[in-house]
Amino acid sequence: MAGHFQKKTKTKQDIPTASLPDIIFMLLIFFMVSTVLRETTVQVRTMLPEAEALTKIDQKRLVSYIYVGPKKLDGNRLGDTGVQIDDALVEDLTNVRTIMYRKLIEQPRLIVSLKVDQTSEMGIVLDVQQELREAGTLRINYSSRRELPS
Amino acid sequence: MSLLKKKKRTEAEIPTSSMADIAFLLLIFFLVTTTIDVDTGIGMVLPPKLEEDVEPPPIKERNVLKILVNEQGLVLVEDLPSAVQLIRDEVMKHVLNNGVDPRYAESAGQALISIKTARQTPYDSYVAVLDEVWMAYFEMWDAEARALGYPDYAAYVSAIEESDAENAIREKIKAAISIAEPDAA
Repeated sequence: MAGHFQKKTKTKQDIPTASLPDIIFMLLIFFMVSTVLRETTVQVRTMLPEAEALTKIDQKRLVSYIYVGPKKLDGNRLGDTGVQIDDALVEDLTNVRTIMYRKLIEQPRLIVSLKVDQTSEMGIVLDVQQELREAGTLRINYSSRRELPS
Repeated sequence: MSLLKKKKRTEAEIPTSSMADIAFLLLIFFLVTTTIDVDTGIGMVLPPKLEEDVEPPPIKERNVLKILVNEQGLVLVEDLPSAVQLIRDEVMKHVLNNGVDPRYAESAGQALISIKTARQTPYDSYVAVLDEVWMAYFEMWDAEARALGYPDYAAYVSAIEESDAENAIREKIKAAISIAEPDAA
C-alpha cells in the first residue's frame, strides 16, 4: 500500500491535562497555608471551664469576644488578671462600655462571648458584666468546653 | 529503516483529564464539611440596666431559690450546705412544685433562681453551679417535649420553627436565672 509511505506529520492538538490536578493541589495548598484562622493574638491565658449545658453559636458574625485571665508574661510566667478585647488589653474597665457600645451599633444582634480562665475570680467577671449592662450588650455566652464523660 | 513494519501499540496511559475534577470535588467536599472550631458555651441574657428611680418589681420570697457560692467554691442552697450535684434536683423540685410545698415556688412561671457569688469565688465553681441549673431546665424542657409527643426538646424546637409557632414550653417553664451582685465587703 502506498499510504504507508505518505506519512503525514500530525501534531497533537490536545492540551496536556495531566498536570491540571497538580495545579489545583497547588492552589489548595496555597490557600491552606495562607489562610489565617484567628486574627487576634490572645495576651491572657484562657483555660475554659467545662460544662454540660452548652449551646452552640452558629452565627459567627454576631460574636464578639472578651478574654479574661492571667496575663501571659515572658518565660511562661503568668501575671495578674487582665481583660482583653480584640487585640489590646483593656486597662481601665470603664472603657469596656464604650468599646462594646460601638460594636453594638455596628451589629445590633451582638452576642458577647466571655472567654474567662477557670482560675479567675468572679469579681472581675461581674465588673465586666456590669459594664456590658451599661453598654446594653445583654446577650452573653460563658464560653466553655464540653465536659468529658467520666 | 523499516517503515513498513509499524507495530500497532495499545497505549497504556490512564486518562488524566478527569483528575482535576476529582481534586476539585475533594476540595469542595472539605470546604463544605469543615467547621472551624464551633464556639460552645452557656448562653445568658443579662438584665437591662436599672433606671435610677424605678423600684425593681416585688418578688415573693418563696418563689426565689437562693444559691450562694462562697470563696472556696462551697455551695449554700436556701442557707443549707449542699453539693453541686444536688442542685439540679433542687431546682427541678423548686420549679415543678406548683404550690404544693410552701418552701418552694408557687408555679413554674413565677419560679426564680438566684445565684450569688462572692468577689473571690473562682469562676469555674460559678460555671459548675450555673451549668447544673441550666441542666435542670434542659431536663424539664425535655420532659415537657416528651409529654407533647416529641423525642426531645431539640426536636420540639425544630418543629415549631417550621410552623412559626410560639415556644409553649419556654413560656410555661421560663429559665429565670438571676446573677446577684456580691455583698459589699
